[in-house]
Amino acid sequence: MTQPFRIPGLGRVDTARTLTFRFDGEAYTGHPGDTLASALLANGVRLMGRSFKYHRPRGVLTAGPEEPNALVTVGKGAHRDPNTRATVQELFDGLEAASQNRWPSLGLDLMGVNDLASRFLGAGFYYKTFMWPRAAWLKLYEPLIRRAAGLGALSGQSDPDRNEKAFAFCDLLVIGAGPAGLSAALTAARAGARVILADESAWMGGRLAFDRHDFDGRAGFDWAQEVVAELAAMDNVTLMPRTTVTGAYDGGTYAALERVARHVAPGHDAPLDCFWRIHAKRTVLAAGALERPVAFRDNDRPGVMLAGAVRAYLNHYGVAPGRSVVVFGTSDDGHRTALDLVDAGIHVAAYVDPRHEERLKAPFPVYTGSVVARAHGNPVEAVTIRHQTGREHRVACDTLAMSGGWNPTLHLSCHMGDRPEWNEDIAAFVPRPDAVPGLVAVGAAGGSFSTAAALAEGMAAANDALSALGFKPQDVALPVAEDAPYAIQPVWSVPGKGRAWLDFQNDVTIKDVTQAAMENFASVEHMKRYTTQGMAPDQGKSSNVAALAVLADATGRSIPDTGTTTYRPPFAPVPIAAMGAGGQGAGFAPKRLTTSHAASVEMGAPMIEAGLWFRPSYFPARGERVWRESCDREVAYVRNAVGICDVSTLGKIDVQGPDAGAFLDFVYTNTMSTLPEGRCRYGLMLREDGHVMDDGTAARLGRSHFVLTTTTAAAGPVMRHLEFVAQVLRPDWDVALSSVTEHWAQVAVAGPRSRELLSGLLDAPPELPFMGCGPVSVSGVSGRLFRISFSGELAYELAVPARYGDALFRELVARAEALGGGAYGIEALNVLRLEKGFLTHAEMHGRVTADDLGLAGMLSGKKDFIGKAMAARPGLSGPTREQLVALKPTGAVKQMTAGAFLFDAGAEPVREAAQGYITSACYAVTPRHTLALGFLRNGRARMGETVRMVDHLRGLDTTCEVIPLVTYDPDGGRARG
Amino acid sequence: MRFPCPLCGDRDLQEFTFGGAAVMAERPAPDAGVVAWDAYLHLRDNPAGRSEELWQHDKGCGAWMVVTRDTVTHAVHGARLTKGAT
Amino acid sequence: MRFSALEVLRQGLTGNRGWQPHWRDAQPKPEYDAIIIGGGGHGLSTAYYLARNHGLTNVAVLEKGYLGGGNVGRNTTIVRANYFLPGNAEFYSHSLKLWEGLGAELNYNVMHSQRGLINLFHSDGQRDAFARRGNAMINQGDDAVLLDREGVRKYLPYLDFDNGRFPIHGGLLHPRGGTARHDAVAWGYARGASDRGVDLVQNCEVTGIDIEGGRVLGVQTTRGAIKARKVGIVTAGRSGQVAAMAGMRLPVESHILQAFVTEGLKPVIDHVVSFGMGHFYISQSDKGGLVFGGDLDFYPSYAQRGNLPMAEHVMEAGMTLMPMIGKARVLRSWGGIMDMTPDGSPIIDKTGVDGLYLDCGWCYGGFKAVPASGWCMAHLMATDTPHEVARGFRLDRFRDGQGLMDEEGTGAQHNLH
Repeated sequence: MTQPFRIPGLGRVDTARTLTFRFDGEAYTGHPGDTLASALLANGVRLMGRSFKYHRPRGVLTAGPEEPNALVTVGKGAHRDPNTRATVQELFDGLEAASQNRWPSLGLDLMGVNDLASRFLGAGFYYKTFMWPRAAWLKLYEPLIRRAAGLGALSGQSDPDRNEKAFAFCDLLVIGAGPAGLSAALTAARAGARVILADESAWMGGRLAFDRHDFDGRAGFDWAQEVVAELAAMDNVTLMPRTTVTGAYDGGTYAALERVARHVAPGHDAPLDCFWRIHAKRTVLAAGALERPVAFRDNDRPGVMLAGAVRAYLNHYGVAPGRSVVVFGTSDDGHRTALDLVDAGIHVAAYVDPRHEERLKAPFPVYTGSVVARAHGNPVEAVTIRHQTGREHRVACDTLAMSGGWNPTLHLSCHMGDRPEWNEDIAAFVPRPDAVPGLVAVGAAGGSFSTAAALAEGMAAANDALSALGFKPQDVALPVAEDAPYAIQPVWSVPGKGRAWLDFQNDVTIKDVTQAAMENFASVEHMKRYTTQGMAPDQGKSSNVAALAVLADATGRSIPDTGTTTYRPPFAPVPIAAMGAGGQGAGFAPKRLTTSHAASVEMGAPMIEAGLWFRPSYFPARGERVWRESCDREVAYVRNAVGICDVSTLGKIDVQGPDAGAFLDFVYTNTMSTLPEGRCRYGLMLREDGHVMDDGTAARLGRSHFVLTTTTAAAGPVMRHLEFVAQVLRPDWDVALSSVTEHWAQVAVAGPRSRELLSGLLDAPPELPFMGCGPVSVSGVSGRLFRISFSGELAYELAVPARYGDALFRELVARAEALGGGAYGIEALNVLRLEKGFLTHAEMHGRVTADDLGLAGMLSGKKDFIGKAMAARPGLSGPTREQLVALKPTGAVKQMTAGAFLFDAGAEPVREAAQGYITSACYAVTPRHTLALGFLRNGRARMGETVRMVDHLRGLDTTCEVIPLVTYDPDGGRARG
Repeated sequence: MRFPCPLCGDRDLQEFTFGGAAVMAERPAPDAGVVAWDAYLHLRDNPAGRSEELWQHDKGCGAWMVVTRDTVTHAVHGARLTKGAT
Repeated sequence: MRFSALEVLRQGLTGNRGWQPHWRDAQPKPEYDAIIIGGGGHGLSTAYYLARNHGLTNVAVLEKGYLGGGNVGRNTTIVRANYFLPGNAEFYSHSLKLWEGLGAELNYNVMHSQRGLINLFHSDGQRDAFARRGNAMINQGDDAVLLDREGVRKYLPYLDFDNGRFPIHGGLLHPRGGTARHDAVAWGYARGASDRGVDLVQNCEVTGIDIEGGRVLGVQTTRGAIKARKVGIVTAGRSGQVAAMAGMRLPVESHILQAFVTEGLKPVIDHVVSFGMGHFYISQSDKGGLVFGGDLDFYPSYAQRGNLPMAEHVMEAGMTLMPMIGKARVLRSWGGIMDMTPDGSPIIDKTGVDGLYLDCGWCYGGFKAVPASGWCMAHLMATDTPHEVARGFRLDRFRDGQGLMDEEGTGAQHNLH
């Protein structure tokens, strides 16, 4: 296997080692240091992709991440990575890549038929057709369009690769390690500032690697390596190669993507990418510039490349882009390409320049006042040169190197909403000062295209930052470098027949832009959206300025008056897996486990999510086949003996301070300050808008010490709310809050034999009245005992420090089993509370008021409290609202379902007739029928009424009777007993 | 975006939670009437520019603070605690 | 010019040189019967329906930037009618019906794609809440199907059913839910309104509202004073500033909502998928980009851009739900400014000033509402009475607490909806 286009002795790839790789199944060779694109070019492969819309054959245009054409899929199976830039993908042994968006093959793509119909597929054609018949859009047209569109394909399998995220902090972030960036980094580093130097390439040096620069008589790239070596040895410097800074955010925060292991063969355990959040006090943007193409007929043919990319392949990769090259330049920068080609021994067939004064002395034909008007062949076989007189002549060549000038890589400077300004001298947009606070653009990124200026500006910007940050500015001895004028005569497009391409990736031509203008899509944003110019994976990096120049021309405005579209992060595309690293699988949110988790799992309980907690659904006993059997048995434990349930997930908030009582009076609707020590009280909290926030209990442990419970779901919001009240609304009150949810394991001991159980367990069992509380000792461990009930039975909640929770739960379950009871899960808990008409957030769903719940009596008339004023609004109470009721079935269908709607008996089940809905339903063990809670319009006045229940989704239609809320032990004697 | 927490120093946005316009601290008297209460709870100046806002450093020290911030540029001009000396 | 396949063919054969402007660029006249402030989706559809339904054609739409440059051009394009509270349900139902005929109505392909929307749930409690929602949708005459886990798997086999942090218990399918091409909606309404005589005036910023004796007389603009006896404020994203010109303080706080799109990929997601536990929703555009978003950034902003914490959270949600999207590369992120109201529902109402009307407060649900919002706002402006499906969108509902429509149940904190 040979590499016919490799130039011996040129470039920096390691020709001593040979790597093998495959592209579309063919085996090729390359060398360490190659990109996939350079290796393919070395092998003479010029066709690397198909365009998005017309499936036109395309070759590589650039040598960097801005590449619009050479997008390939790398890797196999679940590892396959679509839309990988061949110009960025470093070669490794065994690399497998495939072309995209073609069928059956890259060489013969039947979708290329689109190109033949292109006259009917111009800008916005799809807005004007595919409208008839209506159903055909979904069934026919859209599927066809979708299949034809898109570029690469995802594997459809879960991403098996690892990614990471990290933070970094620095005094000075330098973005880009070309001459300007190296100069800035060196200056700041020598002053002792913490410096991060990030560059998207595998090496540092920027264009010093691609261009031949003379720095005091030696290669600029050698100077760069010396600087990099000095920086690498300094503790205050972090070098980040292969790292693209992708976004500028508020407060000096930058996003960056580091390609950690994309350049090595699979089979390692390193992360593929690392997504960085860098906080920088100051930033130097030294990201260089991007070369732009010229739009002329068929300028998209394989073999047409940017002139700067030709130099990159020659000088850095040692690859000849072709055997015979025409160079089309619009500034002195084009000279370099022609001269480098000659020095590399490659035939330069012509040099074409629209400028009239040509200072180039060279052994090849130079055509001044001329342009390239057309490319021929596929790949390129010749170009047509048009002279000032209009005369055209054809020159044979296999490569065209074109340069329409350079655009500063200013994208990051516009991420915070600023627009760049037009600089007529270089015919390009440049960043405005302070576009991003703390960021300064230098060198080519700031519009200074000479290497000497880049070096000087880098140092100056670093010194400005150093001064601002309190470091001593440095005088770094910089090498003497070229300071040549740029002298551009911009050529955006060459008039003529046929199609001249602006946006290679989205297949947008000059005609598309002029047609958009004709149809009044004259704003640059309209033009972009109508033609899709600039919306492809390269985000118009090579086409935006030319496209708006064409639009400016078509609408009779200047380029600055036409303006740019908005630059948005990310500068270069970021894999979702990188930015979302850590989220995959269970990593997305924490799992909160109670101290009884292991014991519950050992007992075979299915654990289900409640908030972020996991709670046992039920505890299956031998022989039980369905959950209902277990649930019914557990309910019976509580009703007849004693049940044990871990309730630690309820929020627990410790409230202390002289003003604790007043504070609780303010946050609860009812009065808590009068609560005696050693007693608990049920409490209701409203939001300030008068709706119910949560319910729970307050227990007074001491004169100025309370502990509150909240529901599991509302623990976080309630804590936050209370902190708001304490710190914002009542900052003068002496009260302190602490969430102690995870400090205490709390277990319900419920049922007629609960007192008996506890008296055997506690060291000195206290005689607590109903709603009493107090300290207890459990085998010498200090705990707290509350006599509260969520089941309607005689019940307690016993709390011990969390580290004893596991032991306590196991002991309680064992003792309960000895008394004919045992553990119960949240299914049984739900049945027990429904039988008592107790609430959860199924009922307190954020739209209900105390009056809706029948709790208006808890709104104290004697004091102010959060939510009081707004709860008095006329819309928040009264019979027009839906009120909480219980329901039992009366029809043939005995099932009731949460989420079903209620209607008057005989009414149509439509919105206008809806009277309410069901929030919770269960099979109630004690009364032996289905029992539901729900909200019914004016429900409290409708006791005994029969209503219709319809659950369209589950196919249920039945009647039920409105019954009082409390179906079990309505006078509450059992709990008080 | 970064906030100068008076207790913790400069910290990232992700540690903070927005808690409403600063007027939320000026709770009307219980008998102020429905117009005042409606204004307090619902109506907002909603400035495009410099704004006084309540934030909590809830994934940090827990302190509530009044932050002066620009809603157009996102520039943060300062923060002071709602309770106690800074 | 009528758009059709035949016209595309005819123009193609003659060099595409005969296309006409989709709308006229009008110079503002000194006086109109009605002025719409705001040339976004809602403003343009209001103008269109004023002309079409009410014969009011001496109308101007004043836009400070370019038409469709606000949220209609920067959303995640989801169209659905899956609200469950009275007031919202009938409105969005009406809107979806208008969507279903919109391409033909406007003779503009808005690419309304009813590919189905699936809201996932992860617990019995969430299932019951979605059951209530689905039943409410059917009560309203719309469609909904409750899917169990295996039912979801049939539609969305690529989700991580087994290892995700929130295992999938099922989903609520809204078959008529889907997407549309957002820009085309604005352009289609603009073209339709312009064809009916409405003046569309771009680069014309309203700087003042002229009011005398409690009645509106016209507006001041950067292009001079313009008189009108009816003025509609349809400027979601800047509602507070424009209303302040009329001395009003609105129940609106402006918040930023980010959205994201990946590079173009071959078809892989065929529905709209919504993952409430992660505040994540996604669909794939016809061009192949995965279009997705999440929750508000939660702080007030007019910047049309967000910050990293929410962006990362959205990506993490995507990775736990459907880790097959990991290798898709995010191409672009952006932000829109949301008019957040205290109950998360919008306002279409008269104001305290005669002839001045308000259409705002769309929170992050404005795109799907574009047709019905215009329909109802036009009805209100033309007849001075609210349209029957928009009666709930009163401005004063917060003051009296009547008919609040808090779908999220989070209460009167603007940013929590």
